[in-house]
Amino acid sequence: MAMGEPVTLASALNRALADALEEDPAVLVMGEDVGRLGGVFRVTDGLHDKHGDARVIDTPLSESGIIGAAIGLAMRGYRPVCEIQFDGFVFPAFDQITTQLAKHHARSEGRTRLPVTIRIPYGGGIGAVEHHSESPEAYFAHTAGLRIVTCSHARDGYQMLRQAIACDDPVIFLEPKRRYWDRAELGPVAEDLFQSRVVRAGTDATVICYGPTVRTCLEAAGLADEEDGVSLEVIDLRSLSPLDLGSVIESVARTGRCVVVHEAPVFGGLGAEIAARVTEHCFFSLEAPVLRVGAPHAPYPPSKLEHLYLPDVDRILDAVDTVRGM
Amino acid sequence: MHVRRFEGHALAMAELLQLLTPEGERRHDPTYDVDVSGEELRALFRDMVLVRRLDTEAHALQRHGELGLWPPLLGQEAAQIGAGRALHPADYVFPTYREHGVAWTRGVDPVDLLALFRGVTNGGYDPAAHNFALATIVIGDQTLHAVGYAMGVQRDAGLDAAPGSAVISFFGDGASSQGDVNEAFVWAAVNDAPVVFFCQNNQWAISQPLHRQTRIPLYQRAEGFGFPGIRVDGNDVLAVLAVTRAALKRAREGRGPSLVEAYTYRMGAHTTSDDPSRYRVDAELELWRLKDPIERVRAYLLRSGAGDQAFIDDVTAEAEDLGAHLREACRALPDPSPSAMFDHVYAEPHGLVAEEQQWWQEYLGDGHG
Repeated sequence: MAMGEPVTLASALNRALADALEEDPAVLVMGEDVGRLGGVFRVTDGLHDKHGDARVIDTPLSESGIIGAAIGLAMRGYRPVCEIQFDGFVFPAFDQITTQLAKHHARSEGRTRLPVTIRIPYGGGIGAVEHHSESPEAYFAHTAGLRIVTCSHARDGYQMLRQAIACDDPVIFLEPKRRYWDRAELGPVAEDLFQSRVVRAGTDATVICYGPTVRTCLEAAGLADEEDGVSLEVIDLRSLSPLDLGSVIESVARTGRCVVVHEAPVFGGLGAEIAARVTEHCFFSLEAPVLRVGAPHAPYPPSKLEHLYLPDVDRILDAVDTVRGM
Repeated sequence: MHVRRFEGHALAMAELLQLLTPEGERRHDPTYDVDVSGEELRALFRDMVLVRRLDTEAHALQRHGELGLWPPLLGQEAAQIGAGRALHPADYVFPTYREHGVAWTRGVDPVDLLALFRGVTNGGYDPAAHNFALATIVIGDQTLHAVGYAMGVQRDAGLDAAPGSAVISFFGDGASSQGDVNEAFVWAAVNDAPVVFFCQNNQWAISQPLHRQTRIPLYQRAEGFGFPGIRVDGNDVLAVLAVTRAALKRAREGRGPSLVEAYTYRMGAHTTSDDPSRYRVDAELELWRLKDPIERVRAYLLRSGAGDQAFIDDVTAEAEDLGAHLREACRALPDPSPSAMFDHVYAEPHGLVAEEQQWWQEYLGDGHG
């Protein structure tokens, strides 16, 4: 993918799907309104025009059906890329994802691969009605057999979606919907799909994030540097299963301080897993307990309150102050 | 409240397609009929006797502690053999965990079926080698896989061409209440998918009788989804064969899905952990015993001269040999290696699984476990 004009994340994902369809005849795109409409976020725009009903499938309004049928298509040798229209709509498909899709390779003793990609626009911040702003990653990360990845910008979006589609395991590809319109130049990406990345180097504390909170954490790090001269190292996990904590452990061993940030509720979230592992590996380097910044144990609120529910720069910097003993 | 009951025996029977009566008398139907040679009839009889013996043996193995569980097919031999023998090699089957008879027709080694219930595997055979998927245990899930597979068959042939092969999905009367089954009906209908939904209505979903799942005969559900449904005597192997052949042909020719309701009866328990005496009466069992799927073929074989007592004795002896073989082979099934649970979690390398597998191996190597 050549360098060029900055493109939106939505557009980068669209190109990834277009190129995957072009290069591999086994790839199918399927979901609600993905064909003639081009998807509610237009991520599949133009694909149906080019590839028709055989390869870009407008499905019945039936999420369990989307994943169940994708499993059958994958058994037949296809490589379906499913779109679940919004995060809160994935739960009717939860059984097919966790019971069938995740376990089939193991049940078949390695005989049957199910290379199904499930794209889910997730997270809040767009003023939506309820069930349109959720962060369901922990439900899926808890299930062996699934891989969970999430991009934070257009360049990763293109590359990671291509890699997810090429992966022979089921991949849940979480798209931070409030970043769909952020622009970045496309270009080569050094990391493997399942590797984390240090997106800002620093020395005073390590801030771990993924998806929509990467931009928020970078803004927080910029402000901390400008206003207080505090140097934050920011790590974009990119993959939630498997978790690549190599750079995290190396970083926390240096900084001695760690904050994990995600939009999902703190209780039972990915932050708990990360905090436990960081503690296990960096116990004697830690100067303070690992802190988590995320949502409270409350349903996603009406959108007038979402700015309080979502982690913002202030809450992140407050946690940074706490781990720094300020 | 007015409760509409349709389970009156006479009405149910009137709606049944039947080609061989419980007394072994041959009937004919203008739409669905089947021309079976003496050799084919003997083969169907043999299939049913052998899978009943397989089932009996597995049941005994469970009672002897050799299997953790067994879901018996007793009484459903005709439904499964009739459907299984209607298939072409290229057709693909999505079974439930009770389809031992269909597995038999697909050439799956019965020992591999026992392996699942002995707890040595969660699979047991290669689905691609038999065009016979691994059974799903969460009820009804497989119907959607069948439709997806059928959509793949359509795409391989080209959406405007006849698919050429068909997919069949088995499920039961209880599963008909599941959302996934109803979604599968919708998907199959709107895609004209080459799939046959084969419902073995064995009257009981563990403890719940049919009228707790539906207020209309199950085959009539199909009409609401936009494809044909038919009820067939599920204890009549010839009728099941005829109807399933027609449904599969329709699918292969690109004329879309259909629903076959094989009206039968679960003569045994739901599984070896179940106790049907808590929820159903013996009189019902006795009524169905008179409609045994094997006895009517035996009677017809002898009456028509297609088979004699010597043939029946041979099959009986073969069944005993099968039972002895299964008993021995089941006990000889090796336990999986302790680290097998890590082996195929993912198709591609996964750091956490590799790390945990290594830890387990070292832990066990230190004499734990």
